Amino acid sequence: MTYLGDVAALARTSLLLELRSRDTVPALLLFVVSALVVFRFALPADASDLAAIGLLWIAVVFTAILALTRAFVAEREGRVLDGLVLAPCDRSAIWLGKALGVLAFLLVAEAIALPAFGLFFAPVDGATVAAFLLADLGIAAVGTLLAAIAAVSRARELLLPLLFLPLVIPVVVGGVGASVEPDPGRYLAFLGLYDGIFAILAWATFEYVVTE
Amino acid sequence: MLLLAGIALAFYWVPMAPLEGFRQRIFYIHVPVALTAYACFGWGAWKGLRLLWTRDQRHDLESYTAIHIGTIFGILTLVTGSIWARTSWGVWWSWGERQLVLFLVLFLFYSAYFMLRYSVDPGPRRANMSAVYALFGVVLIPISFLAIRLAEDLIHPVVFDRDVGTNLAGSQLFTFVVCLAGMLVLAAALYLNELTGKRVDARLRELRESLA
Repeated sequence: MTYLGDVAALARTSLLLELRSRDTVPALLLFVVSALVVFRFALPADASDLAAIGLLWIAVVFTAILALTRAFVAEREGRVLDGLVLAPCDRSAIWLGKALGVLAFLLVAEAIALPAFGLFFAPVDGATVAAFLLADLGIAAVGTLLAAIAAVSRARELLLPLLFLPLVIPVVVGGVGASVEPDPGRYLAFLGLYDGIFAILAWATFEYVVTE
Repeated sequence: MLLLAGIALAFYWVPMAPLEGFRQRIFYIHVPVALTAYACFGWGAWKGLRLLWTRDQRHDLESYTAIHIGTIFGILTLVTGSIWARTSWGVWWSWGERQLVLFLVLFLFYSAYFMLRYSVDPGPRRANMSAVYALFGVVLIPISFLAIRLAEDLIHPVVFDRDVGTNLAGSQLFTFVVCLAGMLVLAAALYLNELTGKRVDARLRELRESLA
């Protein structure tokens, strides 16, 4: 099979696993809306909408951690990861397929979160949407690799946030900056830089993470 | 021997340049410590890369030791930076201080490195993962620095003005270079010391197992 064929197959598997359990999308909807309501109560009365945007980004980061924890759960439980690795495909295709699955999850979550945020707080502008899209790419790229590492470890759900959060700090900076500042260009460019560098690094090194 | 030389170099020369008051002296320790930490992280990442290239397991221990030393120097950077902040501006911590914030992020990142190592069983798998993570770390350093610089506009304007300046007088520059050299030598000595110690431990264990 060609490389892209492998990737498509893996991505489809990830997506099917998510969508087959019918409760995923409604659960996600509920989670996002609940989080936003909690934020409303967490902010002081005279807080600006800008502060709320910061919290929206936090919500996305933690939703991402959820998505990533789920990304390799099926493999770990069925020991399928070893089987995937043994398959005669380029290992980085596993990474790409999984990352696309995570990306899809994040996009659905944001499709819910951003309108809900617009309803509860203030509408989001184009730069914010662009920022979220760019951030999703970076999060999916880096997070998938880290999730593969965490899946093999003993600490699992504890380890993933530990590994992930320091690496996601630049994404949050770029994202909040693009959402809040009047001139979002720099921040969007920075997000693009982050995505490019870390996607290449993750793509190149994923093979070593899953093999010996 | 090397250790003594390092310490002697690092501390003996400091009294040589008391030009701007006693408080400024910590600069000669703080910045070399920070630069040495960067060097250690870079060396750790390099050894990680060598591991992935050659699959020679010796590099794993070298990478781990380098990052261990680097983290210690990182903690020292945070501590000395905090002391400097306290003596210069009266606060123990300042978010406007880029180097400190960067080191905080790096400290979190490399602490997660050790969590990673403890939660995966020893072996080539762990070595690979650690190497990949070390590479991510070294890429994170410049990206984080950029992010922090961008974030300064968001969080709050830089209130404190650092009086170090890039134009050091002749004797100050000399002192600085000597201190830097001393710190690097110290780090190298600690690195070799720890590496040898660990190798001896491993060898001892091997011998014991083969005798039993």
